[in-house]
Amino acid sequence: QKVSVEVLDHLEHLALVDFRDSEGVERLQKAIEFADQLHEVNTDGVEPMDSVLEDRCLYLREDDVTEGNCTKELLENAREKVEEYFVAPPGNIPLPKLEE
Amino acid sequence: AALKDGLRSQVSAALKEGRVTPTELCQRCLALIKSTKFLNAYITVAEETALKQAEESEERYKRGQPLGILDGIPIAVKDNFNTAGIETTCASNMLKGYISPYNATVVQKLLDHGAVLLGKTNLDEFAMGSGSTDGVFGPVRNPWSYSKQYKEKSVPRSHSADAESKWVITGGSSGGSAAAVSSFTCFAALGSDTGGSTRNPAAHCGVVGLKPTYGLISRHGLIPLVNSMDVPGILTRCVDDAAVLLGSLAGHDPKDSTTIQDDFKPFELPSLTDVSKLSIGIPKEYHAPGLSSEILALWSKAADLFKNAGAKVVEVSLPHTPYSIVCYHVLCTAEVASNMARFDGLEYGHRSAMKDSTESMYAATRREGFNDVVRGRILSGNYFLLKQNYEKYFVKAQKVRRLIANDFVKVFRSGVDVLLTPTTLSDAAPYMEFIQEDNRTRSAQDDILTQAANMAGLPAINVPTALSERGLPVGLQFIGRSFQEKQLLTVAKWFEKQVQFPVIQLEEVKKHDNGAFQHQKSASFS
Repeated sequence: QKVSVEVLDHLEHLALVDFRDSEGVERLQKAIEFADQLHEVNTDGVEPMDSVLEDRCLYLREDDVTEGNCTKELLENAREKVEEYFVAPPGNIPLPKLEE
Repeated sequence: AALKDGLRSQVSAALKEGRVTPTELCQRCLALIKSTKFLNAYITVAEETALKQAEESEERYKRGQPLGILDGIPIAVKDNFNTAGIETTCASNMLKGYISPYNATVVQKLLDHGAVLLGKTNLDEFAMGSGSTDGVFGPVRNPWSYSKQYKEKSVPRSHSADAESKWVITGGSSGGSAAAVSSFTCFAALGSDTGGSTRNPAAHCGVVGLKPTYGLISRHGLIPLVNSMDVPGILTRCVDDAAVLLGSLAGHDPKDSTTIQDDFKPFELPSLTDVSKLSIGIPKEYHAPGLSSEILALWSKAADLFKNAGAKVVEVSLPHTPYSIVCYHVLCTAEVASNMARFDGLEYGHRSAMKDSTESMYAATRREGFNDVVRGRILSGNYFLLKQNYEKYFVKAQKVRRLIANDFVKVFRSGVDVLLTPTTLSDAAPYMEFIQEDNRTRSAQDDILTQAANMAGLPAINVPTALSERGLPVGLQFIGRSFQEKQLLTVAKWFEKQVQFPVIQLEEVKKHDNGAFQHQKSASFS
């Protein structure tokens, strides 16, 4: 069962990564076929496992400010900035649709 | 001091007694890195900072106040750990030129113990792969390709170019770290392990590769692949050294809430003489399709070794083992899809010149920055997370994960202390052969024996065992109970002593090693 063009398009928008060519699409098809083997396993009554540490309470620290004031260091790695802002191109412009 | 020595017994003593200085050690390692450049194990060599750290260490030794066993010891770190002031690339165009503003917790801990950071090692792009062949800086070459042992076993041919084409891979994704330790350019290295990425190259490069229990060592600063399975990995030349590294790295980190809060006490490994109280489990499903007859025989021999020494050796079953790769495939790609979302070109890393819109800039940046493997996993992951697929794939995989983890619980509950399995299906493949299949196929094949331990969060270690018929290293894997690293490493150390894995014979190392120590017959010093 082939993945529809609508789904491919949807994936490209969600992932913001393109399939580039038919090879990329083929790769997805194969990945899905591979994953379908999961359905051979009987998981009736089995709870999904999020973490191997599920029996423990994870550490939560106090809501106190202990570090920060590192604006300069953080901005250093950005390509485009103005004063203390990261600069992005205009938003709210949808990506063009995938041509088949 | 000889570059081949174990930390605890030899080098540390030599440093303390002044027979060698940290700067001498550092310089020798740096020189060896230069002469083994063809291995492509290092992406960045931090020569200046390393020498400075070595000098500071020397001052401490002069004052008689070394920080511990690791003071002055040259180490290398896989390039997916953040290192302040040093480029961290993850072998990807996406992070080329990215200078970390902070140290990963494990890096900080090593530096706090006085270790000398030589550089960042090569890997598969974003740690996705099992060959260390898919990074933007090119593949890593297994040092054993140039060993006397491998060359002796190769069919001699007249064409000189054959030597070039016959080199074998390191395995992956922490291939650079494994190669660095194996070729004596450092005494220990950090890797990461999500599906076997520390143990696989350890096996192919003939070094010890430890995957600690999930939650024992902080992941803060380790650029994440799969948050629920990633762990920092330790690569050393002997089990005792792995215990030393573990001692300095384990423990709760407030910056990583997935580290457990139990107190961790560093330990020294006892030298076991009596294994009669030990119960070794041999999981039959690890006799996987494609397992080479050579490794099967070695595995069998190892089981007999334990039996003859008085241990209880039992066959056990982990029935869901064949599904761990499929389960991993879904969970990994799903978490990757999420983790890679942070790379958008705005705050750090590569940024495309495209400026029509935010979304088109993100899309172009990611197209330019990621290789096919990474992009493929992101797209697959997004597919499995779609509303219409979520239950069918992602939740299903999480259920299968529980079944896999429960298999181990049942076996350990039945009285087994440690499991013994092969680490890889065969010895290292020649590069030309390895690249015939794509990354996903290879990963699916190669991770089969190592992946389940990540699924269940259990500690596991590769111990180099013997040389194959081709003269290449083969290792065996021990899997232990959660947070029982001491027991796991104790058994591994006993086994290491029994097998006496040979030292690699490399021309380059002979030139740089003014071996002041006589006892260099084996890589394991107890």
